[in-house]
Amino acid sequence: MPKFDIAGRGKVWFIISLLVIVPGLISMVTRGFNFGIDFTGGTIMDLKFAQPVAIAQIRETLKPFGLDGATIQLSGASSDVATSTDVMIRTTDLEEVQRKEVMAAIRDKVGGYDVLREEKVGAVIGGELILNAVLALVVSWVLIILYVAYRFEWRFGIAAVAALVHDILIVLAFFSFTQRQVDSSFVAALLTVVGYSINDTIVIFDRIRENLKLHFRRGGDVVQLVNRSIYQTLTRSLYTVFTCLFTTFALFFFGGETTKDFAFALIVGFCSGCYSSIFIAGSLWLELRKFGGKK
Amino acid sequence: MRTNSLVKLIICLAAIVAVFVIFIRPLAHSIRQGLDLQGGTHVVLQAEDTELALVDEDAMQRVVSIMEKRVNELGLTEPIIQREGERRVIIELPGIKDPDKAIETIGKTAMLEFKDEAGNTLLTGTDLKDAQAAMNQQNGQCVVNLEFSDEGTQKFADATLENVGRQIAILLDGEILTNPVVREPILGGKAEISGQRDLEEAQRLAVLLRSGALPVKVNIIETRTVGPSLGQDSKDKSEFAFVIGIAAVLVFMLLFYRLPGFIADISLMAYTLMLLGTLKGLDATLTLPGVAGIILSIGMAVDANVLIFEHFKEEFRLGKSIRLAMDAGFKRAFTTIFDSNITTLIAAGVLFLFGTGTIRGFAITLGLGVLLSMFTAITLTQFMLKLLVNSKVVESPSAYGADGFVLFDASKEVKS
Repeated sequence: MPKFDIAGRGKVWFIISLLVIVPGLISMVTRGFNFGIDFTGGTIMDLKFAQPVAIAQIRETLKPFGLDGATIQLSGASSDVATSTDVMIRTTDLEEVQRKEVMAAIRDKVGGYDVLREEKVGAVIGGELILNAVLALVVSWVLIILYVAYRFEWRFGIAAVAALVHDILIVLAFFSFTQRQVDSSFVAALLTVVGYSINDTIVIFDRIRENLKLHFRRGGDVVQLVNRSIYQTLTRSLYTVFTCLFTTFALFFFGGETTKDFAFALIVGFCSGCYSSIFIAGSLWLELRKFGGKK
Repeated sequence: MRTNSLVKLIICLAAIVAVFVIFIRPLAHSIRQGLDLQGGTHVVLQAEDTELALVDEDAMQRVVSIMEKRVNELGLTEPIIQREGERRVIIELPGIKDPDKAIETIGKTAMLEFKDEAGNTLLTGTDLKDAQAAMNQQNGQCVVNLEFSDEGTQKFADATLENVGRQIAILLDGEILTNPVVREPILGGKAEISGQRDLEEAQRLAVLLRSGALPVKVNIIETRTVGPSLGQDSKDKSEFAFVIGIAAVLVFMLLFYRLPGFIADISLMAYTLMLLGTLKGLDATLTLPGVAGIILSIGMAVDANVLIFEHFKEEFRLGKSIRLAMDAGFKRAFTTIFDSNITTLIAAGVLFLFGTGTIRGFAITLGLGVLLSMFTAITLTQFMLKLLVNSKVVESPSAYGADGFVLFDASKEVKS
């Protein structure tokens, strides 16, 4: 009979989570996020030069256009300054005419290049993206609570959504800490984490529900019952997070540059989703049981 | 019964593996690829209200048809022009050679004005209903026939009454297109501009006039161009990630669940085929986030199988026979799979309703993935496992992963 107590130590797990979430919130307020042009609006030019180039050279070329503040960085596989030919230039939202002038000037003064990628986003779209995503999230939370309340009971719904909000906060915290880019694919990643997290939590709650039916026959208190449920689903929780992490790690290491941040968000989200299902959701449900009528 | 089951099972397995090996690549490649994978230019236009006209359904339809004309001038193979929301138009130009020129062509602001010699604006593009090139039957001259809207007819009648013998210039974006002399007042709302050199010139003028009848202002709010080399690179890399990811999952299932794991692997192949096939059937466009979503869904699709097998192991350790444990495993796992997947589907459904563009595409992939993985796990995996158990070829519990490695034994009591 293994000794196993997760549900009885709720406070410990809450504190561990808060140790990430609170600094995360502070970082979100003080440092904010590294928003991509999807959110801020702006122009990005990803160029592959025929010859290795120096960033200073490009910055010099941009100066006459008043684009001193542009972000210029070496991109691509080779990050070695001496040999890198790929450069990413990010500026404010340029008008078509101005962008062409800038690109012509670069060709003249720095050298010939191929355009790998070129993006221009007006500032309007970003705000809408956030608004739509937040709206979608909130509506989905309400519906999930309603569904879970119908199939299980309302406390499960609240606890499941709380675990889910926990995971979103953790991912946001990590993106604020690491200042990785937040763009529209980040929103998609966040939404996947939501799907994963809720799925993972419901599996454990389902087990609690199943055990509750046997509860009176088997005896024992609720904490023990939650522990038993977590334990019984532990193999599944771990296996599933493993297989999901296999695929996301494959994306992270072997996928292109553009999917790296997406994969990173998923890796953090899955780990957090697995943690919150095992450590947070059940404990939270026990806390919630202290309120309202006992069932 | 025994051999029968075995034969069925082998046929089933062989068929799925064969179809997977032969068709997975061609199938994956036949799905329409987004611009981020095949290279091209993506433009989002937004119509703005002007003093003269508000954006409405009719105006948007005209914007779309004008954009179609402009894009067709570019002579591309598979351009896509579609409305998004109330006042946006998305234009996708795959494989375009000169994106700058295309953006320029699309973004031309077409403000059409009719002005008298003193420079007063008499009519604007909104007053013009149609312009068509034609050959005048009587004298063989090439002309452009104009047709005005109701309001335009009145305005044009007034204008021509006041300007007989003088010129009325037609300007597009301040540039004079044509400067005909008014011979007589035109009251019927139909006019003819003569003096075109040939039909081609008349047609060009007619197209410009029609585009100029664009009643609202259209701004380019977003452009994205992906060069062909980057597109190819993303494609190669995500393909490689796909192979590594799926291989890791297959090996994992095989190691931890043995024979049932092998069966789950085969179902997973069927799942991947079905997912890609459905996406193709829906004529979905596969973008980079979409591919990432598919790779990811493979990791998640295993979940239903894991749930079933864990329940099976548990039942088996409680002393049931392999066959009974398998039945009980499926039965008990079903409600879990059902409830956990419905909640994910709710999330996907809401995303689909509220999201736009890529988010929507992502929601479709997620929702489909959940539905199909649930389907394959409770039908195909179940079907093949039953055949396996019935065939009684393998009776040893270790082949079912039921004895060997136990991470957490769910059949045992725990103590707090």
